[in-house]
Amino acid sequence: MAERILAEGNEAVGWGALGAGCHCFFGYPITPQNEVIEFLSRELPKRGGVFVQSQCENATINMLFGAAATGVRAMTSTSSPGWGLMMEGMSNLAAARLPCVVVLVQRVGPGVQRLTHSQQDYNSATKGGGGGGYRNIVLAPASVQEIHDLMQLAFHLADKYRNPVVVLSDGLMGHVVEPLELKTTDFGPLPEKDWAVARYGQHEDGKHRAIGASYNPLKGESFVSYLIDMRETYQAIEATEIRYEEYKTDDAELVLVAYGYCARVSEEAVDAARAEGLKAGLLRPITLWPFPNQAVRDKAAQGRKFLVVEDSMGLMVDDVRNAIKGEAEVHLVDATFRHLASEDGMIMPARVLEEIRRLL
Amino acid sequence: MSEEAKGLVRERVAGRPEVFVREWFADYLWDLFCPGCQSPVAGRIIAEVLEELGIGDKAIMVGCVGCSGIMIGGFDLDKVSPAHGRGPDVATAIKRIYPDTIVFTVQGDGDCIAIGAGPFVGALTRGEKITIIMLNNNNFGTTGGQLGPTTLVGQVTTTSPEGRKPSEEGYPVHAAEMAATFKGVAYSARGALHTPADYRRTKGYIRTAFQRQLEGVGLSFVEVLTACPTNWHLTPVQSLAWIRDNVIPEFPLGEFRNVTYIE
Repeated sequence: MAERILAEGNEAVGWGALGAGCHCFFGYPITPQNEVIEFLSRELPKRGGVFVQSQCENATINMLFGAAATGVRAMTSTSSPGWGLMMEGMSNLAAARLPCVVVLVQRVGPGVQRLTHSQQDYNSATKGGGGGGYRNIVLAPASVQEIHDLMQLAFHLADKYRNPVVVLSDGLMGHVVEPLELKTTDFGPLPEKDWAVARYGQHEDGKHRAIGASYNPLKGESFVSYLIDMRETYQAIEATEIRYEEYKTDDAELVLVAYGYCARVSEEAVDAARAEGLKAGLLRPITLWPFPNQAVRDKAAQGRKFLVVEDSMGLMVDDVRNAIKGEAEVHLVDATFRHLASEDGMIMPARVLEEIRRLL
Repeated sequence: MSEEAKGLVRERVAGRPEVFVREWFADYLWDLFCPGCQSPVAGRIIAEVLEELGIGDKAIMVGCVGCSGIMIGGFDLDKVSPAHGRGPDVATAIKRIYPDTIVFTVQGDGDCIAIGAGPFVGALTRGEKITIIMLNNNNFGTTGGQLGPTTLVGQVTTTSPEGRKPSEEGYPVHAAEMAATFKGVAYSARGALHTPADYRRTKGYIRTAFQRQLEGVGLSFVEVLTACPTNWHLTPVQSLAWIRDNVIPEFPLGEFRNVTYIE
């Protein structure tokens, strides 16, 4: 029987990484993700892994570049200001087609602001925040257990597609304590990493390996063939990896769309609305990129209304509108609906319920 | 250049050492470096040392962005090209994962101590068991000769048209002396290539640097003064005299730290 423990979300990141066989972690202290680096500084070396505390997030992401180039499973975690520093590195990791996992425990922005939760990094995570128009696979857990489980999926998807994967958490998800079942999930076979640097003479074909953040004319690539190759990867991800969960949507006249902690809040609001006889349901994207466009579009075609609940000034709502293409009403509960005017405020179920009542 | 002459030059310059890629480097080398540039000379020394120490098969090279980054194409080794200035970060990760390999960066002075000052100091601080080789040509060569951290006082560049003024741009950075102040550093030296004697001495510095890594003592660093005739607006021969008369007085040659044991 799998071991069950009580853990907070940031520890679940670490447990999930260990379950996935993560060998390397690079980190720099930043609130609210410090528990991740503290956990892995303690647990990784015990298991023969590599932990390095870097001099800044810019270094962290480039250490990750070096580690990923060797083909071992490697990750980092950070919060929003550090995420900004990582953008050049994220672009390079995507360009070099290096598998790796980055956990982003979002906090309030823009700028430095304070240390608490938010969902304001949606765009830089899902649209490729660094230069060059690349894509990260973005997974959005909504419970401690799901953080643990999606960490393992993240490493699998990174290896499967040779693409960076972002696990998008936040200050609330990072610190909520819930039961956690420790288990290892087998997602199936993966391609050999015969592209990875190891050292000369270790490769079966007797040739050296070179990793860089650009196309390689020595491999017969042109800039355009490289872009086409990248696009094919992205199309394969979009065709295969979309994940979402529906809750009471079958007869829902109003479909809430929310991820992360806002999905938990929305679920509670849906239950409260149902108790009042209001037909509300929830569509929770688990992959933010690729976004579940078709699922949203299908519901729009059935004449449902939409209420996006996100703790930002409205970012994911653009993807919902894009999916719907003007076919349905889209409303928004955003960060201005927080129950306190301070950074400690959060979007509460009661406030979402008020909006449901107003719209139905 | 005739095919016969190309073959001769290939034999003499790129025929050995073997860690240089034979086909590619020999054919394109001439287009990539300016006449009189000493980056490929430094590259050749590095390759010779790797071969003489018999560590070519377990070396992993980390390049850079800039003229010094061009030579990575010439090395027949497993290798990684990092973002500008980030070589020591990348090398740190690789060495930690494969402690039994020889990991080295080749960086320009701009890459190493302008944009890359953070990664450089980070690696020095942690005493990573890697080798950093910095080619110092006193300017940003690839981008057209702008002011670098090592530009001499009074030296004219495209962004210091009246010469480097200490009141505005400060003084040249002495990387080798700075590296020597870190307790985790096993070796730090500065050499030049403007005379055959200096060429040999510098090769010795690079050999010692790799030996310290082989022994697992600590970080090893070698700064190499290299000529940049194009951006100095001098001929290749004048550039060698310039190094003797102007660069070395600012950047003295020698070993600044050489220890075989770090507590």
